[in-house]
Parts: sequence; C-alpha cells; structure tokens
Amino acid sequence: MEHLPVLLIVVPLMAAPLCVLIRQPTLVMGFALVVIWSCPLMAATLLQRVLADGTISYAIGGWPAPYGIEYRVDALNAFVLLFVSSLGAAVLSYAPRSIAREIPQSKHHLFVTSYLLCLTGLMGMTITGDLFNVFVFLEISSLSSYALISLGRHRRALTAAFQYLILGTVGATFILIGIGLLYQMTGTLNMADMAERLRDVTGVRTVLVAFAFLSVGLALKMALFPLHLWLPDAYAFAPSAVTAFIAATSTKVSVYVLLRFVFSVFGVGFAFDTLGLDRILLPLALVGIFVASTVAIFQQNIKRMLAYSSVAQVGYMVLGISFASVNGLTASIVHMFNHALMKGGLFMAMGCIAFRLGSVDLDRMRGIGRTMPVTMALWVVGGLGLIGIPVTAGFISKWYLIMAALEQDRWVVAALVLVSSLLALVYILRVVEVAYFQEPAEGDAHVTEAPMSLLVPTGLVIGATLFFGLQTSWSAGVARVAAESLLGLSR
Amino acid sequence: MSPLGLYNYWVVIFLMMTGFYVVIARGNLIKKIIGLNIFQTSVFLLYLTMGKVRGGTVPIFAEIRADIYTHPLPSVLILTAIVVGIATTAVALALIVRIREAYGTIEEDDLDAINREE
Repeated sequence: MEHLPVLLIVVPLMAAPLCVLIRQPTLVMGFALVVIWSCPLMAATLLQRVLADGTISYAIGGWPAPYGIEYRVDALNAFVLLFVSSLGAAVLSYAPRSIAREIPQSKHHLFVTSYLLCLTGLMGMTITGDLFNVFVFLEISSLSSYALISLGRHRRALTAAFQYLILGTVGATFILIGIGLLYQMTGTLNMADMAERLRDVTGVRTVLVAFAFLSVGLALKMALFPLHLWLPDAYAFAPSAVTAFIAATSTKVSVYVLLRFVFSVFGVGFAFDTLGLDRILLPLALVGIFVASTVAIFQQNIKRMLAYSSVAQVGYMVLGISFASVNGLTASIVHMFNHALMKGGLFMAMGCIAFRLGSVDLDRMRGIGRTMPVTMALWVVGGLGLIGIPVTAGFISKWYLIMAALEQDRWVVAALVLVSSLLALVYILRVVEVAYFQEPAEGDAHVTEAPMSLLVPTGLVIGATLFFGLQTSWSAGVARVAAESLLGLSR
Repeated sequence: MSPLGLYNYWVVIFLMMTGFYVVIARGNLIKKIIGLNIFQTSVFLLYLTMGKVRGGTVPIFAEIRADIYTHPLPSVLILTAIVVGIATTAVALALIVRIREAYGTIEEDDLDAINREE
C-alpha cells in the first residue's frame, strides 16, 4: 500500500511494452483494459487517504527528497489523477469497437501501447514533485499523442500531428529552459524545496525570465488563446477514441501544472502581486472564450466545432486562476473535471456517429435525432453542460466562476461569462436543429443506433455529468479543499 | 564580468534564435526539424554551461581526487533531454515519410494549398 504512488505510474508504463510483445489484438486489448482499470482504483485509494491523512510523500528508490525524485500527492493532484485515469479507462473500454472501424487491425497493439504511454505521461506529470520529471513525463505523453493523432484515417491527420509536434516541442523546450533557469538560481529541482529557496531570490531577473518561459510553454500545451493553433486540426482528424481521450485529459493536466507552478512553486505573492499575472491571464481568457466560441459557430465539421469549444473552455479554467481566490480556483479545478466529463462524453458520442455515418459533417447529421435517438440524446445532454444549464455539471463550474467574479466586484467579467454561454447555446442549438428538425438524407435513412459497446461507456460518462451536476460534494467539495491548500489556507 | 566573459550564453542565445527562426521561416518540413534540433541543442548548451565550474575538472570519482570539478547533475539531466530530442526527431521524420507518401510533397505551402482545396 505504501508504494501506491509509484505503482500508479509503473503499472501502465511496464504494460505498454508488453502490449507490443503480445501483439494479438484481442489479448492486447483485454490485458490493457485490466491494467488501465487498476489505475482509477489506485487513484481513488490515494485520494481517500490524502483526504483523511493529508499529503503523501513518496521517495523513489528510497532516495530522500530533495536529492531523490519525490512523488507528492495532495488533494489537488489526487483529484486530477482520479479523473484523468477514470476517463482514460472509460475511453479505452469504448475504443475496441471504435478503432475496429478507424485503424487497421495490424496497428491495434501499437495504438494500445501509445495510449498507455500517453496516460502514463499525463499521470506522471500530475503526481511528480520534481521539476525535471515534469518535463520528462510531458514529453512521454506528447510523443505518444503525436503518434496517436497520426493514426487518423484522413491524411490531414498527418499534417495535424506534425503541426502539433512542432508547436508541442517548442512549448516543451520553453518549459525546459524555464526549469533550467530556476535550477540555476536555486540549485534544486524539488518543488517544495525550490519554493523555499525562491523566497530569497524573488525579483532576480533570471527568475522572472524562467517564469515567462514556463508560462508561455504551458500556455502552448494547454492551448490557451492565442496559442491554440495546433488544437482544432489535431482534434478534428484524430481517430474518435483518441480525440475523446486527449480532449478529456491532456489540456487539463497542463492547466494543473500551471496551477502547481504558480501557486506551489512561485507563490501567489510573486505571481500576482509582483508580476501581475492576472492582468495578462484575464484578458487572454476572455478574448479566447469569445473568439473561439464564435469561430465554433461557423464550423461544418462537428469535431472541429467541439475542438474550438475546448479552446473556449480552457479560457474558463484560466479565468478562474486569474482571480487567485478560493472560489476562483475552485471554479478552475472543478471545471477541469466537469469539462473532462462533458467533452470526453461529447467526443465519444461523435465517435458513435462517425461509426454509423463515417462522417462528422453537419450536413450528414440531418435527421440523426430520429435514426440514432440514444446517441443524439446523450450528445444533447453533454451540449447542455457546455452551455451551463442547471442540473448539469457545467452549471456548477459557471456558478463558482460567477461567484468568484462577483466577490471581487468584477461585474463586467461576470456578465461576460453569462453572455459567452449564449454563444455556446448557439453552436449547440445549431446541431440540435439539424439533427432533430430536418429530414435524413436519402442515403442515410437506414442508419441505425450505435452498438451497445459504444453506447454504454458514452452513457456512463454523460450520465456522470448529470450526477456531478446534482451531487457536488465529491467534485466541488474536493476542489475547494485543493484550492484552499494551494492558497496556503489549510494544512 | 564583461559581457564577452559570458560568451557561452551568447552562443546559446544565437543558436536558440537561429533554430527558432528556421522552425518558423522555413517551409520544408525537414528543414523545420533541423531548426527544431538546433533550438533544442542550444538548451543543452545552456544546461552544460551552468554546470561548468571555472578551473574544474571532470567529475569522476577516482584515486587522485580533484578539489574542483564540474557539477555533474546538469550533464546528467541533459543526457535525458538528448534522448527526448532524438525520440522527437525520430517521430517527426516518421511523420514526414508518411506525409510524403500521402501528399507527394513535404513543402508546407503545397500541403496547405492541398488541405485548403479539400
């Protein structure tokens, strides 16, 4: 039990190369499913223990921190670990049927390998308390996601993956420069140790430059407007299961790393009072929300539309960070979780549609509300969450966000958040109108409902958005504990 | 210390900007990857430079022990980063091969034109 933090990383990491050796597609998938479902179980145990006993510190190989690599689990990253691994497991359970259509069978074992490596990288970035380790895991997850995206059927998946590779590597190298400069100033790579030592050198130009490199690099990886250019193509042309997985997890983990750097390493005082980080994050977030939502309205490819919506949703998370208050951070953290559920579910529903129609264009979706009623109903529930209708999880995020804005007397920001929801309403209604109020095209009238093996995982994820819209103590409650510890108000 | 005394850092900045410029300005995908490699190499040099101690020797634990030696940790970190850089290059080159097969070109302008027509 005491080795749980490292097992969470080692188990999927070791399973990945085994998948290459097993090769046989059914066996590989069965093996990977067993492995991947063990991750949310371990993460849930960790979260439970952290909430009961406080932060867990694990020294890799028995080398004590700050010299060895430390894995440090607190309420925030245990929560992120839990939803990232759960979504990873849910999407992989959905994948076998979906990739059978979209990826040649000879590549299935390689798909599973990359998928497990990508999840390992994302969880590693989350759990580690060592700065250089963050970079290594970031590259593990990035490299495997380039490979996953390039598996898309359309040849544009290749150019999308290449573009992401260039921008992703530039972002990762920026992060590496930032870490290097911080190491130069403090002589340590351990986050907690560095936070102590940085207090003596605040205001030194090297630290300022390091902060700039780190935040720009992370903004690239999380697709914060205007550094989001890689995202729409990558989401639109990747295989359905890959889009659902990456959209649900990868940008959120980058947001988490930003939270960790800003609040746990640099400290609120330095980032917000000395540097005025909020003055740059707030306008970027708001402009990003409006521009991306507006662009989404004009997309014909619905996966691309949802991708632009993701850029807007990252804006909401960053907006919450820019308030630097308990409510603002709670909104950010809970929205990471809620958006992972909603977007994961929506892209899984898109995968069901692609499975039957072989296309995700709006024109082909005419009348699909009648031919595929369950899929479309799930899609609509997910869409309502994006708008922020009460009873859905999206409402909870918006609620905290508006509370955070109002308690700082930022009426304009609160109003803009409400207005931006109307833009989401427009792009969701546009699909609803086509799906329910138009006749199916001649060739698509015989389309039937997606198979159960796709519908059940999709239904579970979408159902969870309703569940966490009503039962908020597990999501918003944990997010609040995490937000308070980030701001240094507890433990 | 005079600005020229920090010439290693000037080399780092020069390489960094050269690499970054090549990534942005060149349309040929292979040349972009070369630029990306130069960009990454400049960061390797940055790390190695910060580990160097004036007058220090190699950090090897031997019979005859030196008093001053170079800080070994940045070199070790950079070994990892070099491996990551090679992996990135390999994935990028593999993607370029696939792009060449699918499109018949590796010039960014031509690729954009083809993508826009579809």
